[in-house]
Amino acid sequence: MAIEDIKSGHAATVDRSAAAAIDVAHLVKLYKTNRAVDDISFRIARGSITGLLGGNGAGKTTTIAMIMGLTLPTSGTVSVLGCAMPAQSAEVLGRMNFESPYVDMPMRLTVRQNLTVFGKLYAVADLKGRIAQLAEDLDLTDFLDRASGKLSAGQKTRVALAKALINEPELLLLDEPTASLDPDTADWIRQHLETYRRNRNATILLASHNMLEVERLCDRVIIMKKGRVEDDDSPEQILLRYNRTTLEDVFLDVARGRDREQAS
Amino acid sequence: MSLMEHSRGIAMHRINAMVLRYWYLLVSSWPRMLELVYWPALQIITWGFLQNYISQNAGFFAQAGGTLIGAVILWDILFRGQLGFSISFLEEMWARNLGNLMMSPLKPIEFLISLMIMSLIRLAIGIIPMVILAIVFFKFNLFAFGLPLIAFFCNLIFTSWSLGIFVSGLVLRNGLGAESIVWTLMFGLMPLACVYYPVSVLPSWLQVVAWILPPTYVFEGMRALLFDHTFRADLMLTALAINVVLFIVSFAIFLGLLNSARCAGTLISGGE
Repeated sequence: MAIEDIKSGHAATVDRSAAAAIDVAHLVKLYKTNRAVDDISFRIARGSITGLLGGNGAGKTTTIAMIMGLTLPTSGTVSVLGCAMPAQSAEVLGRMNFESPYVDMPMRLTVRQNLTVFGKLYAVADLKGRIAQLAEDLDLTDFLDRASGKLSAGQKTRVALAKALINEPELLLLDEPTASLDPDTADWIRQHLETYRRNRNATILLASHNMLEVERLCDRVIIMKKGRVEDDDSPEQILLRYNRTTLEDVFLDVARGRDREQAS
Repeated sequence: MSLMEHSRGIAMHRINAMVLRYWYLLVSSWPRMLELVYWPALQIITWGFLQNYISQNAGFFAQAGGTLIGAVILWDILFRGQLGFSISFLEEMWARNLGNLMMSPLKPIEFLISLMIMSLIRLAIGIIPMVILAIVFFKFNLFAFGLPLIAFFCNLIFTSWSLGIFVSGLVLRNGLGAESIVWTLMFGLMPLACVYYPVSVLPSWLQVVAWILPPTYVFEGMRALLFDHTFRADLMLTALAINVVLFIVSFAIFLGLLNSARCAGTLISGGE
């Protein structure tokens, strides 16, 4: 299903096999008087990579947390792989996964032990084989039996990504997946994500501050500001609309309150 | 297994995964193992010698040798049971791993069952050396209680789990700022549970409160066994009934606090 096809609105009935990977409708999250997320709606097609952009406090992490069912919306609905969240989360949590800088892997456990525990939680078949495959793909072999807490930032990120891929998820939610990585490792991770999406027809939603990353990886960009969706289109269309050559310039325009006309 | 079957009911493989996670953690750290044995051993030695001393000087303790040691061991089952449960839960908060677990297919009930299993494992590691020390140094054999010991143990462990579930819910909702409750809550019950003295010692209005707590029945039952050589099944059944109510209420509170944490958005951030 093309992005354009599903941006037109809600389907009256949900065919789970064909439903959008993520369907967010009129989502609001209030923390006391702060509107962290303010009436946002979007649908994300299966097999796509979508970037969620926005400055600090724009509402990206809260939006992802509501999609995962970790945070309950004040109002509005979230549907993931055809299942309403969080009511039907039990049906869908095994088919998705996430990585976030806000959570860690248990530090005293070795990388292998951590992956074993999460593999068992997700009922991964041939777990040893899966861990060996991930170790090879993400270059973890040298420190597979080292405590997770003793790894460098880059190694930790790769391990967190391995955890996020352990169940070969249909939907992958990534919050700053390449933060604290050197450019070489970050590029390598991006390649891996692209390959994973292509091979599995997986859907990836990633929140990032790295504009080059978003430009390179994403078919679509959702820009958030103060809890609202400020813009939502393909990177090319957004660049055209703001008359900019990089998403970083667009990001600065949005962050500093320059609208499209002023920017152009 | 179909998706529907996979998503329904309690799954042993997820409980096993969590027990394995805590087991890996436990065996990776010798100070953690040592701590499990250290405090119970220290307790039994201190109170054992005190019992020896006062039994030579007081008729009450001379009548029923082992009352104090028995109370110390049963109290430790209650206290260490709750601590074993809660510490495993706190490990997730300290490790900032709760977000990973809460968005995995792990269900709250499976999470709690794994914490109960870990509570038993940690309790066994701490209590078995304690019981052996009591036999070797003070000629007090806990197993001489016979079958009533099972009733005592079950009631105490159920109470410890109920409190563990309740406290974990508080920490889940309020973050590590509420951690101190884990360590102190049980001591608040100690005077009312009448661990070392009979309920009749309390003022009559406080006795009413004491009889609400299942451990009170256990410690009274232990004294009845040691002094009168009678097993008070009525006390154990009443304790069990209260425990069932306590367990259901604490589980409901846990789910309520989990829901509240989801509303407040604290599951992903944890912290204080």
